[in-house]
Amino acid sequence: MTLVTHQEQAAPILSGPSESRDFPDWFRDQQRAAWQQFETLPNPTRKDQPWRFSNVGLLDLAPFRISPPLSEDDRNNVLKYSRGLDEYAGRMIFANDQLIERDVVSDDLKKRGVIFQPLERAMVEHADLFRKYFMSTEAKLGSAKFAALHKALVSSGTFLFVPRGLEIELPIEIFHWLRHDNMSVFPHLLLVADELAKVTVIEHFRSCSRTAPGFACGVNDLIAGPGARVTYVCAQEWASNVIALQMNSTVVDHDASAMSLNLHVGAKYSRFESLSRLIGEGGRSDLLAVAVAKHQQEFDARTLQDHISPRTASDLLYKNALDDRARTIFGGLIRVEPHAHFTDAYQKVRNLLLSDDAEANSMPGLEILADNVRCTHGATSGQIDEDELFYLRTRGIPTKIAQRLLVTGFLDEVIQRLDHPEIGDHLHRLIEDKFAASV
Amino acid sequence: MKTETTAINIDRGKGDFSYPEAHVRDAGVGLSERTIHYIADVKEDPDWVRDFRLRALKTFWEKPLPTHWASKELEAIDFDKIRYYLSPGTETKRSWEEVPDDIKRTFERLGIPEQERKFLAGVEAQFDSEAVYSNIKKAVGEQGVIFVGSTEGLKNYPEIFRKWFSKVIPVGDNKFSALNSAVFSGGSFIYVPPGVKVKHPLQAYFRINAENFGQFERTLIIADEGSEVTYMEGCTAPKFNTPTLHSAVVELVALKGAKIQYITVQNWASNVFNLVTKRGLAQENAEVKWIDCNIGSRLTMKYPGVIMKGRKARGEVLSIALANDGQHQDTGAKMIHAADETTSNIISKSISIGKGRATYRGLVHVPKHLKNCKNNTECDALLINSTSRTDTYPAITVRGTGNAVQHEASVSQVSAEQIFYMQQRGLSEAQAMSLSVNGFVNDLVRQFPMEYSVELKRLIELEMEGSVG
Repeated sequence: MTLVTHQEQAAPILSGPSESRDFPDWFRDQQRAAWQQFETLPNPTRKDQPWRFSNVGLLDLAPFRISPPLSEDDRNNVLKYSRGLDEYAGRMIFANDQLIERDVVSDDLKKRGVIFQPLERAMVEHADLFRKYFMSTEAKLGSAKFAALHKALVSSGTFLFVPRGLEIELPIEIFHWLRHDNMSVFPHLLLVADELAKVTVIEHFRSCSRTAPGFACGVNDLIAGPGARVTYVCAQEWASNVIALQMNSTVVDHDASAMSLNLHVGAKYSRFESLSRLIGEGGRSDLLAVAVAKHQQEFDARTLQDHISPRTASDLLYKNALDDRARTIFGGLIRVEPHAHFTDAYQKVRNLLLSDDAEANSMPGLEILADNVRCTHGATSGQIDEDELFYLRTRGIPTKIAQRLLVTGFLDEVIQRLDHPEIGDHLHRLIEDKFAASV
Repeated sequence: MKTETTAINIDRGKGDFSYPEAHVRDAGVGLSERTIHYIADVKEDPDWVRDFRLRALKTFWEKPLPTHWASKELEAIDFDKIRYYLSPGTETKRSWEEVPDDIKRTFERLGIPEQERKFLAGVEAQFDSEAVYSNIKKAVGEQGVIFVGSTEGLKNYPEIFRKWFSKVIPVGDNKFSALNSAVFSGGSFIYVPPGVKVKHPLQAYFRINAENFGQFERTLIIADEGSEVTYMEGCTAPKFNTPTLHSAVVELVALKGAKIQYITVQNWASNVFNLVTKRGLAQENAEVKWIDCNIGSRLTMKYPGVIMKGRKARGEVLSIALANDGQHQDTGAKMIHAADETTSNIISKSISIGKGRATYRGLVHVPKHLKNCKNNTECDALLINSTSRTDTYPAITVRGTGNAVQHEASVSQVSAEQIFYMQQRGLSEAQAMSLSVNGFVNDLVRQFPMEYSVELKRLIELEMEGSVG
């Protein structure tokens, strides 16, 4: 019965931003403007180049609603299941965009100037910083409409500021939960690492039920100041009926390095856009992704490695394992802007097809407007090597297990690049679970 | 090695000339149903061809310009200012002596007579719309090979050509294939009987001469079971001040076990829009190979394709593009795998000089339930100046577990060490650069017929002049 009550109370997302929320006026104005923009921008079609091959028919937002406050039981349950890493420097847990818990970073870090706050508080207490960076990068990879939707409806999220020279050793952990059928979330992360700061963040996207339909539309802005080192990991485990869109943007200043790894095992349709802008000499960006697609899942990755400044480097490695009738799309572009000489850019996507009905689409692209650059990209699609399989079987390993070993081995290459054993183990478990679930 | 300038002394004015126009038939400027009727009347088209043209015109009007993915430059084409049909009004000539003198002079500068003297089996030179000179050497004719113009082909051999005409490239494939279907004239129709291996390449030269005149040739080559044929086309056009449109449709049909090789050296003047649709169909065990070199034109959009419809069919595209100042070479390849054990190979090399822009667009499609299909794609781009631009936009779809596809692309520039090394050996910087560029394309060029590879290397040297230093 509680379910019915929830749906009755919930406003459809298509009714626009709620006026009842307690935000500063300037933020409300922004939300209203963004809503207008959302309504004006056309729906994507397959004919739009950034949506080529995408199943845009899945993007029907009519059923989805904005959640009313969760019950005490729900909150406790969410808290109970919010397990990720053993050790963390700080933690925030959201369910249906409501902050359930915040484990504050140690007093020491706080004293040294780390800001780790929910969005709605940061926009008041650190308005200048917030306004400078909040959704400052335009969504260039096709989802401008959904970025506007996010901006109009975002109600909470994480604001993390790491001051100059500070290194946070343990990862910061963030959970986003979807609870009840047809609810929506608009996860937001704004991470600003000041000069020479160092930080690692992992976000978990989860559903309380295995099959509940839902909608997630997240925005994620990472700013790596001069010489900063930022690592971002996303573990997307939404329920099998969730439609998810995620727009990531990373700005890498001079001598900074940013590494992101997106793991996708959940959702019915998950689109993730990653835009990495290298704006200062000596900057480096690593873009990694692993997707295990089964049943009728569709993973739709769009990336842009935008080299604006000379002497920058970027390296992209995306790997997909596809089973059943799953589809994956990779649309990536390396763009070397005029004058961005001595760019070193790499892009590689590899698809492992495990069934006859799986479909992998790859569009690795290059746009080079400067010379003295080294840019290469590669895309491969293939299947498990029969010789390797045979070898394992001669060692007494049953075919099914041998296959799984080979697939995890294939995907592990990406996770190892992260060079973070604990997070690596966690991601590895998620991959194993995904394979185990189908046997 | 001491290279005197004479060794690469090419007449830069070659191709840059025109003779007074003396067109007897002229459909006027602009495009309407009247234009179509006019062309059909002049060419004495059978009714089905006339209807085909009229339907195609409608399709052309309905289709938007593909600017949502292609260059906005297309908008510079003013379809109302183009002449769609011109003809010298002469019957197709059978011997060289009968060709009018001024046209002969044009061809002489292009080197056609010498080429023929060498070993060409037949020469089909298109001067504007009509084949002015058409001659297949006796030997080829005796083998039963049909090599005629498009009008003649449809009129005299409908039982052979109608079956495949517009089947590989449907009218509505794109806006420009529709345009071509409406106003086509000229081009070659070739039929090679079963088992016949045409020893020497068949050759055709195309020129655009009249100002504001689009050239819409149509080529259909059918290689019957087990036959082999090589076709070469070279293009040079005199320079004019207003943009000219070239929009051809080329269809190749390789029946069981047949082999077709189609070679193009495109060197249009730098104000020509070159928007060409080329596609081949390969049946069981057949092979279609496109060798495509794009050096001239203002904007070229050309993506030769192969549909591999029969088991073990093979498709190949070898492509070289050279984009100089003011040029955009938007080229690539399409490989559609539609049967088991089909294999395709794409090798593309592009060079961007000055403000030139070279683009590779590729499509590789392996649908489901196919076994052992393989594709290999390699795209290499070379940038010469800091203002040069290169893009790569492949799209690859693979289904199923039995197939393997790999794509690789790289972008680089001529290394300073290489240039330094060659300068130490006494070469000028420009010579060294030219040598490096030739080295870059050499492994591809080597696969071309000899006189083409020589011509191509010279054209590259010519384009490289003044690009460094």
